[in-house]
Amino acid sequence: MDQFSDIKRMANQIATAFAAYPEEQAVKETANHIKSFWDPRMRKQLAEVMAKEASALNPVAFAAGKQLGLG
Amino acid sequence: MHTLIKEIDYGTPKSEATRMVTLEIDGQSVTVPEGTSIMRAAMELGTKIPKLCATDSMKSFGSCRLCLVEIEGRKGTPASCTTPVAPGLKVKTQTDHLADLRKGVMELYISDHPLDCLTCAANGDCELQDMAGAVGLREVRYGYEGDNHVFAKNNGSENFRYQPKDESNPYFTFDPSKCIVCSRCVRACEEVQGTFALTIDGRGFASHVSAGMDEDFLASECVSCGACVQACPTATLTEKSIIDKGQPDHSVVTTCAYCGVGCSFKAEMKGDEVVRMMPYKDGGANEGHSCVKGRFAWGYATHQNRMLKPMLREKFTDPWREVSWDEAIDFTAKRFLEIQAKHGIGSIGGITSSRCTNEEVYVVQKMIRAAFHNNNVDTCARVCHSPTGYGLRQTFGTSAGTQDFKSVDKSDVILIIGANPTDAHPVFASRMKKRLRDGAKLIVIDPRRTDIVRSPHIEAQYHLPLLPGTNVAIFNAFAHVVVTEGLVKRDYVAERCDLEDFARWEKFISDPKNSPEALEAITGVLAADVRGAARLFATGGNGAIYYGLGVTEHSQGSTMVMAMANLAMATGNIGRDGVGVNPLRGQNNVQGSCDMGSFPHEFTGYRHVADNTVRDLFEKLWNVELDAEPGLRIPNMFNAAIEGTFKGLFVQGEDIAQSDPNTKHVNSALESLECLVVQDLFLNETAAFAHVFLPGTSFLEKDGTFTNAERRINRVRPVMAPKQGMQEWEVVARIATAMGYPMGYTTESEIMDEIARVTPTFAGVSFEKLDRLGSVQWPCNDAAPEGTPIMHIGKFVRGKGRFMVTEFVPTDERTNRFFPLILTTGRILSQYNVGAQTRRTANVAWHPEDVLEIHPHDAEERGIKDGAMVSLTSRVGAITLRAVIADRMPQGVVYTTFHHPVTGANVITTNNSDWATNCPEYKVTAVQVTVSNRPSDWQAEWEQRETEHKRVAIKPLVAAE
Repeated sequence: MDQFSDIKRMANQIATAFAAYPEEQAVKETANHIKSFWDPRMRKQLAEVMAKEASALNPVAFAAGKQLGLG
Repeated sequence: MHTLIKEIDYGTPKSEATRMVTLEIDGQSVTVPEGTSIMRAAMELGTKIPKLCATDSMKSFGSCRLCLVEIEGRKGTPASCTTPVAPGLKVKTQTDHLADLRKGVMELYISDHPLDCLTCAANGDCELQDMAGAVGLREVRYGYEGDNHVFAKNNGSENFRYQPKDESNPYFTFDPSKCIVCSRCVRACEEVQGTFALTIDGRGFASHVSAGMDEDFLASECVSCGACVQACPTATLTEKSIIDKGQPDHSVVTTCAYCGVGCSFKAEMKGDEVVRMMPYKDGGANEGHSCVKGRFAWGYATHQNRMLKPMLREKFTDPWREVSWDEAIDFTAKRFLEIQAKHGIGSIGGITSSRCTNEEVYVVQKMIRAAFHNNNVDTCARVCHSPTGYGLRQTFGTSAGTQDFKSVDKSDVILIIGANPTDAHPVFASRMKKRLRDGAKLIVIDPRRTDIVRSPHIEAQYHLPLLPGTNVAIFNAFAHVVVTEGLVKRDYVAERCDLEDFARWEKFISDPKNSPEALEAITGVLAADVRGAARLFATGGNGAIYYGLGVTEHSQGSTMVMAMANLAMATGNIGRDGVGVNPLRGQNNVQGSCDMGSFPHEFTGYRHVADNTVRDLFEKLWNVELDAEPGLRIPNMFNAAIEGTFKGLFVQGEDIAQSDPNTKHVNSALESLECLVVQDLFLNETAAFAHVFLPGTSFLEKDGTFTNAERRINRVRPVMAPKQGMQEWEVVARIATAMGYPMGYTTESEIMDEIARVTPTFAGVSFEKLDRLGSVQWPCNDAAPEGTPIMHIGKFVRGKGRFMVTEFVPTDERTNRFFPLILTTGRILSQYNVGAQTRRTANVAWHPEDVLEIHPHDAEERGIKDGAMVSLTSRVGAITLRAVIADRMPQGVVYTTFHHPVTGANVITTNNSDWATNCPEYKVTAVQVTVSNRPSDWQAEWEQRETEHKRVAIKPLVAAE
């Protein structure tokens, strides 16, 4: 288990929860959720994951991170 | 000074009829609702008709023949308890004839009753004695030589009617020699509690009260709720505390500190010692009923393990050192400031307690936001009902249940999912069972066959034993049936809900992938049963959903809460009596701790910290700049601690080392902290890693409020001074002050006034109002000055109800051939949460250890015998405990509780959590079970920590001592 395993799991879980919505809305909801509930240091970790291991994130989670200016 | 509160006993229950009837009793006119008994009508006038078998918590019975009256124009002397009023009746409650009859009846009673009144435990509180006085009994002509139940020997030979005292129950005794066979205990067990553990065995003079099959009380089905003891008019059933200490002389009304039902009790006292806890009839949540915990398990408050001195240590491996309050407070403030200077503002935080009062919780979160200058505050609701808050807010607009408890009286179909109310919320379960006996239908969705599925006079129409982790799938299947079979309440949805969201949801849910047939293989529940249950819920009248942690503690906990809200809206079951989506809250003040701004992203009243208007309000009132970014949630704190960015933690009344999942992970987080402060009654598991211990107060010492699962704000009143010398909020305020943020309150009432000022839903709440009205349910403001029992009447709080798409996503936690079983955890009736309180009471008589329940087939395959020690292993850890073979378990699923630290149930559970809230997935862990003959490595480690990390240094003797 690496340092970011929980962050990756959590970001992907959120994106998956909104997967049934149209993509644009899913990205927005995911971004909003992360902004509303994640401490800044967790968002920083997400940025690190996006930089180093983008493939570990599902596309909606990645796009949400982009929208939040994290990558 | 307080007096001993005695509620008026009207003899028979209140009639709910609206038509009024006027009659005359002893020449006085009285008007009462139709269906009222003559006995009750007389009591309305203040006339106490003598009685023994009647009491107003149960239906009239008419057996004691003491309450006879004369009615003009009617023959004989009817019993006033069983005779209803009628217009124009002329009743006489006292004539020479009635007096003779009553005296005769009493004489017969007393002829089979011991005359040890002076040394009897009921002396001063005995209805039999009162009635003997009331009827003027002066002699018993029959003597005591004849047939009787009183003496062990009769005329020198053994008296087979005599039964010795049963002392098996740890809290009360049963002395058959004092029984008058009025059946009040039997009826209380049936009508009030709903357990049916008692009966009258035998006929005529051989009639006697029997527990179970004429067993000891402890061996019978008795759940020790105390309703029989409360109902007994003599000393036959008596609290052992009364036998030991005598009758109380004053009482104070307060609120139980166990589960989220929030029962009101009279703490009956002598001096500052509790003699007994008596459920309070005017308590809105419980209306005079109780369970074994609230009524009897309060002894922990004075248990010898309770710590009363502040303590410090440099390293958690050092022994504890007792210090003064000043030293402990200064040390804490200094350490926290040093950590912040070194590691940044965000490197410290705190956890508020769901067991503390609203006022105490408010002060802790204020300390964190205003004195720590960050939002790293969370509460143990994180690990239980945080998905409730999220899900109900998304759909309805408010983070709380929709009904009051009384609402269940009007339900026609009750759906229970992921909750075991007879164990975890027993007093509400009694209410629910009463309604079920009166004809409501029951659907239970639970992997286990919980007790409510089939119990005396109750049988669920459907029990759907789904596989753990498939809640969303089964609720989607329910909704699919409702939508595709045309059972949606279209008018309701059109008027009350957002139609765009509804249309999207309708399309999603109608997809054949959500049909019961398609999901059968996933849920393990027969499609036909799902269809039947869904039709029953949609068409059976008022449908009410009650749920617990079996819903929330999953990776899709929040999705499931929204799925329930969807179903309730689609079937038109929100916004009136008898319906609703109702979380059964685990801890006494879990609702309140959430309301009080304990979440890292929200101020009081669930308002986001990024909202400038709200933040501005707090900044002005608190006179400090506040952080607009959300802080760390509990699991995030643990991760940040391990990563090294989080170094200081204040824990108020929670035992995270025992209650939170993946113990090894939690412990390594706690070990990495530079300063851990624990405020608690006992040196709990978390305190083993702490540097500062601040002794707390029990609920018997607190002054404040708890908010229960129905949003009811109840008063908690102190019956004794704080045993450690200071209220908890005062300690917290002093730490904040020492950290540079002056905080001063003089009373708890002042804290509530501040809460009311900053929280719209609490705007109308004050101690004065609570004392006047007893309790109020929030929202309580100008629009609803006396509170809001039922929410969303006419309109949802968010405006239009919002249907959310609830795609089923299976958890990552999967079984395989190495971990083929699923572990699910929970609690049982006699113990509470981490057991810190209940383990320190005689409740251990019912549950001395955590056991693993396993299906007979799974046990046989593994060679496990009932009672064998087994090793329970998951991907994260292993423990050893005793196995119990239980056919209420489905094959493939095992169950245990987490009440005893030595078991370490959470050594097994994982880091998986709800997608929206990080609520841990306690309910699904893939495990293997094997026979074992040795404690696990973890248990050996625990034993060592138990002795080494909890040592208190012995003070050196000074000459003067």
